[in-house]
Amino acid sequence: MAEQSLLEAIREGLHEEMARDPAVYMLGEDVALGGPFGVTAGLAEAFGTQRVVNTPISEGAVMGLAIGAAAVGLRPVIEIMFIDFITLAMDQLVNHAAKLHYMSGGQLKIPLTVRVQCGISGNMGAQHSQSLEAWLAHVPGLKVVTPSCPADAKGLIKAAIRDDNPVVFIEHRGLYWARGEAAGAGAAVTPIGEAAVLREGEHITIATFGRQVAAALEAAAELAPQGISAEVIDLRSLQPLDMDTLVESVRKTGRLLVVHEAVSEGGIGAEIAMRVQQAAFYDLDGPILRLAAPFSPIPASSALDRFFVPGKAEILRAVRGAFRRQGAGG
Amino acid sequence: MDRDQVLQLHIPEPKHRPGELADFSHLRLPLAGEIRRPPIAASAYEIRDLAYELIRVLDDEDRAVGPWAQPLEPAFLLRGLRAMMLTRAYDERMFRAQRQGKTSFYMKCTGEEAVAVAQACAFECGDMFFPTYRQQGLLIARDWPILDMMCQVYSNSADRLKGRQMPVFYSSREAGFFSISGNLGTQFSQAVGWAMASAYRHDRHIASAWIGDGATAEPDFHYALTLAAVYHAPVVLNVVNNQWAISCYQGMAGGDESTFASRGIGYGVPALRVDGNDFLAVYAATRWAAERARSNLGPTLIEHFTYRAAAHSTSDDPGRYRPQDESAKWPLGDPIERLKRHLVAIGAWSDAQHAALVAELDETVRETGRRAEALGTLNAGPLPDPASMFEDVYKEMQPHLKRQRREAGLEPGGTPRPAEGA
Ligand SMILES: Cc1ncc(C[n+]2csc(CCOP(=O)(O)OP(=O)(O)O)c2C)c(N)n1
Ligand SMILES: [Mg+2]
Repeated sequence: MAEQSLLEAIREGLHEEMARDPAVYMLGEDVALGGPFGVTAGLAEAFGTQRVVNTPISEGAVMGLAIGAAAVGLRPVIEIMFIDFITLAMDQLVNHAAKLHYMSGGQLKIPLTVRVQCGISGNMGAQHSQSLEAWLAHVPGLKVVTPSCPADAKGLIKAAIRDDNPVVFIEHRGLYWARGEAAGAGAAVTPIGEAAVLREGEHITIATFGRQVAAALEAAAELAPQGISAEVIDLRSLQPLDMDTLVESVRKTGRLLVVHEAVSEGGIGAEIAMRVQQAAFYDLDGPILRLAAPFSPIPASSALDRFFVPGKAEILRAVRGAFRRQGAGG
Repeated sequence: MDRDQVLQLHIPEPKHRPGELADFSHLRLPLAGEIRRPPIAASAYEIRDLAYELIRVLDDEDRAVGPWAQPLEPAFLLRGLRAMMLTRAYDERMFRAQRQGKTSFYMKCTGEEAVAVAQACAFECGDMFFPTYRQQGLLIARDWPILDMMCQVYSNSADRLKGRQMPVFYSSREAGFFSISGNLGTQFSQAVGWAMASAYRHDRHIASAWIGDGATAEPDFHYALTLAAVYHAPVVLNVVNNQWAISCYQGMAGGDESTFASRGIGYGVPALRVDGNDFLAVYAATRWAAERARSNLGPTLIEHFTYRAAAHSTSDDPGRYRPQDESAKWPLGDPIERLKRHLVAIGAWSDAQHAALVAELDETVRETGRRAEALGTLNAGPLPDPASMFEDVYKEMQPHLKRQRREAGLEPGGTPRPAEGA
């Protein structure tokens, strides 16, 4: 199987959808030249600057524009350069895109895809590194997805574009150049709302998404020879959450560790823990664990930001700690 | 009307692209001295023509001419020249430091030095600046130590921002330099708020804010103009039109439809459009606006017409979107060169003195650079204390942050962080 980077996979998905459906229409700052990381490079050459449209620097206006265009039947894909700047478009996104279908009695539909890029990488500090997925997942009417590998990146961007609802597609900057198996030309969409069990295990479930998926898989591989068999789930979709897959897994393993790069308070982990304990409390062999960022803005210095991102070492420590305390496993 | 005519979308395109020759002959550039200097009490409507003109003082013979030319001491001009030259030397050094891996990121203001430096000279001590990332010249003109700036860029042990901010996002309360925003435009409204507070307290100080041509599309630009106009806030609002916003030319922000200065007229804010590469014109226009603000006559919008001679940042390659020779063809020249020639023309400066100053400033920057590097760079040498990152999240440290600091093992005697709940 051929390999590609996550960035190339997103681009391929965008390209295929634009070729398939003339209603797909791209808007964003610098998108015609590829955007700051080159995700949309080549699309303006292929489809013209009338369809891959550079916009003035005005996130709120672009979001509003996209809502207007979506309401008359286009399928706009807008790029917000950093998830941190989505704050400038929150009124249009939260109070309008998410609710117009509902408020108009179902008359209006807003098939809008919002591409945003997030994560700690490159010393970009407090206003260019946040993980704000929980804010977005908190809004009825929005869907939120985030891929961890090229195949899902392509499958999910296609699903987002074809969805008749506003979908926020979150790209982790630290994964753009991570390579993986390519889905291939014309590949199927990845359904929104389905988690992926990437590694089966018996003793603990590690549920995560984005860049932490690779860390969880590495940790699971290291735990196996020590007699701890970890199941790794890539959530992929944060709104809606695939609770069936999660609960089924926890019923089997009896333990759950949720890992995310967003701050702990009010994060996706809290929602998952609540729902899992409700559905599987009597199957749990220990408290649900969470690894997340400290409750602080993100500093720019590498000496500091390394304490923000969980990783393999933290996952190993958390899992081993759980078993040591409970006297189970290796 | 032709009934068969279908609607067409207009997508602005720059006149010339890479591979072509740059050509600025379409620009209408009034001569130095040609534009009137109105009384400061003029209304936006009475001076609306100035929003479409270009105030210039230095003529082709390097003389200061016309109503905006003011008698200024050569020593004062030499201080401005020196600050512009130090800004450029500092930029060169820090750009190279990024290439050497000593910092992750850097942004130069090459070609735009006159805007920040002449304006800093036009304001008074105690006036507050709300800049963008491209007005490092304000700090340098206020004699803020470049050692302190370098330590910020390196996020090192002496960084007053404690490793928290992106390189070049300086902040100095003492220097009256507000914290740089990563989200474009927000400083514009904040400056109006600062100015209103100054008026509320019957103070004498005024505020000034800067924004790029591209960022004028952000809401804060328009919010600020509305509120400044309504309350007659004592503020000078500046648009630095350097022709580019990363890869988008100024037409993408609407600059082909009307000048950025003209935006002010609709809000009732008097507007001036200035040759941003002419130190004397920038200085004179800023004095005019500052005097207005200080006389309770309200805000002014100034568009500085200039050119971003360097890349947007160390992450950018302008060769991908603009002609190679565009910078060289810029018709308003280089601000340092123009002020230097003026000083030579009036007999206050010489080529030899200039060359000596270049060498002296290079040496100052090199020597300061060595001292800064001894205090640490991005990944080497003494770095900020990780325990400090939990401080200042709130004014007082909250119990849950204390707990997280302990769990992260960042307190004396702490153990490395276990998972929560374990
Ligand atoms: C809200 C927001 N949107 C987008 C960006 C990304 N961005 C950073 S600088 C820049 C271009 C700004 O151009 P301009 O305002 O002309 O200022 P210049 O860089 O030319 O000084 C963009 C789009 C940002 N930092 N904040
Ligand atoms: Mg600009």
